Amino acid sequence: MSIPVHDVLIVGGGGAGLRAAIAIAQASPDQSVAVVSKVYPMRSHTVSAEGGAAGVIKSDDSKEHHCNDTIGGGDWLADQDAVEMFVEEAPKELIQLEHWGCPWNREPDGSVAVRPFGGMKIKRTWFASDKTGFHMLHTLFQTSQQFDPVTRYDEHFAFDLLVHDGRCQGVATIDQRSGEMRIIGARAVILCTGGGGRIFPFTTNAAIKSGDGMALAYRAGVALKDMEFVQYHPTGLPGTGILITEAARGEGGILLNRHGRRYLQDHDLGTPLDVSDPRHPQLKSMELGPRDRLSQAFYWEREAGNVFEDEMGSYVHLDVRHLGEEKINKRIPFVRDTAKNYVGVDCAFEPIPVRPVVHYMMGGVDTDINAATSLPGLYAAGECACVSINGANRLGSNSLTELLVFGKRAGLEASRFARENPQIAIEAIAARANDEAARLKSLHTQGKAGEESIAPLRRELTSAMEEGAGIYRTQAKMDALCERIRELKARVKNLRVTDTSRTFNTQLVNALELDFMIDAAEALAFSAAARKESRGAHQRLDFRARDDDNYLAHSIAHRTDGDPKISYKDVTITRWPPKERVYGK
Amino acid sequence: MASSATALAAKTITLEVFRYLPDTESEPRYDTFEVPYKPDWVVLDAINWIKDEVDGSLSYRWSCRMGVCGSCGMMVNGEPKLTCAAFLRDYYPNKIRVEPLAHFPVTRDLVINMDDFMGKMEKLKTWMVPKEPRTIEQGEYRQSPRQLAEYKQYTMCINCMICYSACPVYGLDSSFIGPAALALGRRYSLDSRDGGADERAEIIQSDQGVWKCTFVGECSRVCPKNVDPAGAIQEGKIEGTVDMMKSLLMPWGRK
Repeated sequence: MSIPVHDVLIVGGGGAGLRAAIAIAQASPDQSVAVVSKVYPMRSHTVSAEGGAAGVIKSDDSKEHHCNDTIGGGDWLADQDAVEMFVEEAPKELIQLEHWGCPWNREPDGSVAVRPFGGMKIKRTWFASDKTGFHMLHTLFQTSQQFDPVTRYDEHFAFDLLVHDGRCQGVATIDQRSGEMRIIGARAVILCTGGGGRIFPFTTNAAIKSGDGMALAYRAGVALKDMEFVQYHPTGLPGTGILITEAARGEGGILLNRHGRRYLQDHDLGTPLDVSDPRHPQLKSMELGPRDRLSQAFYWEREAGNVFEDEMGSYVHLDVRHLGEEKINKRIPFVRDTAKNYVGVDCAFEPIPVRPVVHYMMGGVDTDINAATSLPGLYAAGECACVSINGANRLGSNSLTELLVFGKRAGLEASRFARENPQIAIEAIAARANDEAARLKSLHTQGKAGEESIAPLRRELTSAMEEGAGIYRTQAKMDALCERIRELKARVKNLRVTDTSRTFNTQLVNALELDFMIDAAEALAFSAAARKESRGAHQRLDFRARDDDNYLAHSIAHRTDGDPKISYKDVTITRWPPKERVYGK
Repeated sequence: MASSATALAAKTITLEVFRYLPDTESEPRYDTFEVPYKPDWVVLDAINWIKDEVDGSLSYRWSCRMGVCGSCGMMVNGEPKLTCAAFLRDYYPNKIRVEPLAHFPVTRDLVINMDDFMGKMEKLKTWMVPKEPRTIEQGEYRQSPRQLAEYKQYTMCINCMICYSACPVYGLDSSFIGPAALALGRRYSLDSRDGGADERAEIIQSDQGVWKCTFVGECSRVCPKNVDPAGAIQEGKIEGTVDMMKSLLMPWGRK
């Protein structure tokens, strides 16, 4: 069987994947690059990011500040060498995007404008109104189209990594249009598949975010790192979970409980200034505190009966009325449209109902500072990876920049690896085709024999995750979650795929995705149950304090035939020793 | 008891859904589904409900469910729409007919084949061709808010294909470059940083370019992101005419 072979194969065509592809095409035009994506690249979830991308460019800012904010924001779980490298590269990458045409907002003098975001001492978020991810993704996609060495496998679902002789040498995919299985060989593979927010019921994440790359790596024996750290964004729309960007608060929006009180002042986040005060909004204070702390404040407000409760569920108010229609239209037009469409609220005249919503996974495939995993030939970048620059809580607007910095780095490293290791075992890889085909066929032809249906099983998983691994956690609830996952892991093997046709069989893809989701959930649940402290986004009612003596360490989850094996790995601390996280002072 | 009474009283809405598997079926059919009616549901929610609860073989594309990824365009009662932004309440109590976007080959059910558009983007060079290349060390290009406003609306295209589905010219002749691709070409040609307008003009002014447009304006009317492809196309025609006049009057000058 003849199979296509590429120097570097990238799984995922979002921001990180496309940045990697362009980096290789520019630096090594003789190498062939494949982008395998289960959707057309411009549909990738990067498109939904709104607020902006952080990078130091203004004279009042400094790289020291960006490092400080990121490391403190991550509750000292970020690797500080990686953060420093990231902060150094960040502005270069944002300028590169500018050169490729990204329509960044501008100051009157034509320089790039920045806005404040949560947890930042100085404002440093580059933005393209409130559709920054959309503009970045389309800029990258359009830029990528000019490079001939880039071959796209659009709407190909990667369902297995082909590991031979201790090295990743390709992937097995389904071409969704034809339903054919396609084995693709590669001298190096980069996972850029994004996170897995869909393992939770209430999330800002798009339908495609099922943790595919995390599960692919995990199954290939690569560890997942810091999986227990899940970011709740404080302002999602009730019902749908659609995101209202942090930029709404960056521009001056305030959070109110049902008594009309700016309740964040009661949760150690500072003292409010009147919205008419020219010093409002204050950086790193109140509404511009970090996401984990704001979401936790909501939890306590709800416990105290201070939030709205009605048919929409529990929520508080995000009020931007005082910004005025003109500023709203200019700086956060998408917020106005979205709130109008999905909750029927015109934010120029009424407050927007919001509540915390699962938004981002700080954890992911364990990589080093060069995006390399422990498996030779396998790299990872973007949300699916954990370097870690985000530690226990990511700062808003670091993730879009992370895609660029680590996407490029992964591309160049994988390219180098491919050049230094040109020989791959094509025949051995091609021979895997039969096994892989048989595996797929077993799913296909299960027909009505399987007992489990996709949607109910997925609902069971997501509600168990919310119950056991929400904003606040306890040992009992996490242990119960682990037990549920053991059960679901067995049951997912008995999924019923009633659609037996080959062409665009989305049910088959959904079944494979659900299987991936359960793997990501497993690593998350067991890592969470093992960490007996509260840090960043991992908050426990039974261990309220951070415990640096025992847990200033990355969680490492390895897959086994039974429960995952959880171990720990040192955090790299260079110049910023752990201290208390302080906001609003 | 109370819950079954509620269930009985629960409102439903009828969806007629286009089904077609070209490999094995000689012609399409419509399947009818009774879907729970919720005023805050969009057509996409109803389709997801069908897939999850009734017929897992229904095929369609969707992802962000917030009107930005561009995946879920379909014909809703004959109008091309993003189904994540088409509310059931705007149709209830009437039934809703859902079909794949018009003017494209059907891959299966509500999934269309959009290879044609992807090819056209590349042909049109919808990327930055720098007027004056800059290194990273030289920093960003200066671009005033006014210069940004010149092209900004054309950057808002989400490639959802809804304009192609509404374009009668494209419906008759798919060699027409079409509204979204022409608007994207215009987006770069209007950007103060770009110098590729002449290269793009070869395609824009070609037989498949702006001159095929009969200015029906449907593309701009249906665009869910308020992009004005029809405007881009008319500007392209004016520019083409000016260039042609220049080359007639000043043959020694710029092509």
